[in-house]
Amino acid sequence: MTVYDYDVIVVGAGPAGTTAARYAAAGGAKVLVLEKDRDVGYPVRCGEAVSHEGVSQFIAPDPKWIASTVTKFRLVAPNGSSVLPKLDGGGYVLERRIFDYELAKLAANAGAEVITKAYVYDLLREDGVVTGVRALIKDQKKDIRGRIIIAADGVESRVGKWAGMDTTCHIRDMESCAQMTLSGIEVEEDVLDFYFGDNVSPGGYLWVFPKGKDTANVGLGLSVDQAKKKPAIRFLHEFVERKFPKAAMLTHIAGGVPCAKTNPEIVKGNVILVGDAAHQVNPVSGGGIISGMIGGMIGGQVAAETVQSGDLRHLREYDKRWHKRLGWRHDIFYNIRNAIGGFDDRTYNNICDSALKLPEEKRTLGGIFRAALWNQPSMILDVAKVFVA
Amino acid sequence: MPQPHLMIHIVPGKCDYCGCCVGVCPEDAIELMESKIAIIEERCTNCRKCVWACPWEVIEFHKEGVAGMPVHTPQILNEPVEFK
Repeated sequence: MTVYDYDVIVVGAGPAGTTAARYAAAGGAKVLVLEKDRDVGYPVRCGEAVSHEGVSQFIAPDPKWIASTVTKFRLVAPNGSSVLPKLDGGGYVLERRIFDYELAKLAANAGAEVITKAYVYDLLREDGVVTGVRALIKDQKKDIRGRIIIAADGVESRVGKWAGMDTTCHIRDMESCAQMTLSGIEVEEDVLDFYFGDNVSPGGYLWVFPKGKDTANVGLGLSVDQAKKKPAIRFLHEFVERKFPKAAMLTHIAGGVPCAKTNPEIVKGNVILVGDAAHQVNPVSGGGIISGMIGGMIGGQVAAETVQSGDLRHLREYDKRWHKRLGWRHDIFYNIRNAIGGFDDRTYNNICDSALKLPEEKRTLGGIFRAALWNQPSMILDVAKVFVA
Repeated sequence: MPQPHLMIHIVPGKCDYCGCCVGVCPEDAIELMESKIAIIEERCTNCRKCVWACPWEVIEFHKEGVAGMPVHTPQILNEPVEFK
């Protein structure tokens, strides 16, 4: 009989991984988190914006990880006209390196162990069954046995593939992203800026998310279908030269965001996927912090229940609960993303014009989406489903 | 049949290790650690998806291959790659 070191091994200490660990440990499981990098929370590969409502489900907002509190968002059309609606419920631009630490502390307080510089290079198999992971921990090979493996290994996830799930993201769904944190600039501290158009990010968008009055995350993402014509870094450099020519560059990062439907399989045997690894990103916004944490929470809870019950079939419950909670919305968002991906500059200019004609109280995200997709009757129902409570 | 993979080349020192290429690789042919990356020769089919996906354009495709390009070859698949 296999002697297990842990009930649950989580691969990856991002928000999804540590949240999974927190809820699995809270459910009574013995949990280990393995992080390949030296630090939890660093390097930051993220625009760092979250809604108040989303983040508050997991942790009380704390000034030490809030760079800016935002109340509005501005949509800037290719012709320069813009609309500035309110952000329902407000939101934050995070300091992820501190935020991720706090999430890891919550996991640790619930009883989970965390090890950094621990790279998982394969699954451990005995008699054809996955019984753990094979890791390089500070350059020492180590096999660790666990009953359930939670793959929270991000966009670059390979654990799922080793377990037999195809997690490859189609290139049309992958957003190829580049971002700089710029300082010595002037930004409105409470406004998230979104720029659209072929000049800044064809089929995607460029963001300017404030971190205080003089600093911002400036980044963009575009589908690999577009990026192969001109990569993200070139669009970013051009925008920054035009808009912030004298800025100081505090960070400069690349990244990939899987803006797909949830991966067809997120449970196989005793392995489950959470967060970016499971493609649990909102396909329209590209936001994956909160949705990944929700995936992580459900995954962690179900993992703990499965350990308690001793019946591996219970793990399937994760897939069901995820789709009931958020997966169904992401399916619709994915359709909306595909509709938006085909917008040209004229369409964006028209959307902005029609949004400006709306009475101020109707200039909400839902209102603008309805206006934007008005000419595509097939989309109206989808938009109604997700934006009408 | 996989062709010789030397056509796909990750420019040393330029990579940000973001993992976007790994996410689109259909062959599980890229090994990515904290600040190390390598193509797994036995698996690469030169499909070029990683080249297109790279936000920083640090992955190159050379039709003829490049002489003297560093090759990182794991001895056993899914063993940690020996990085040079």
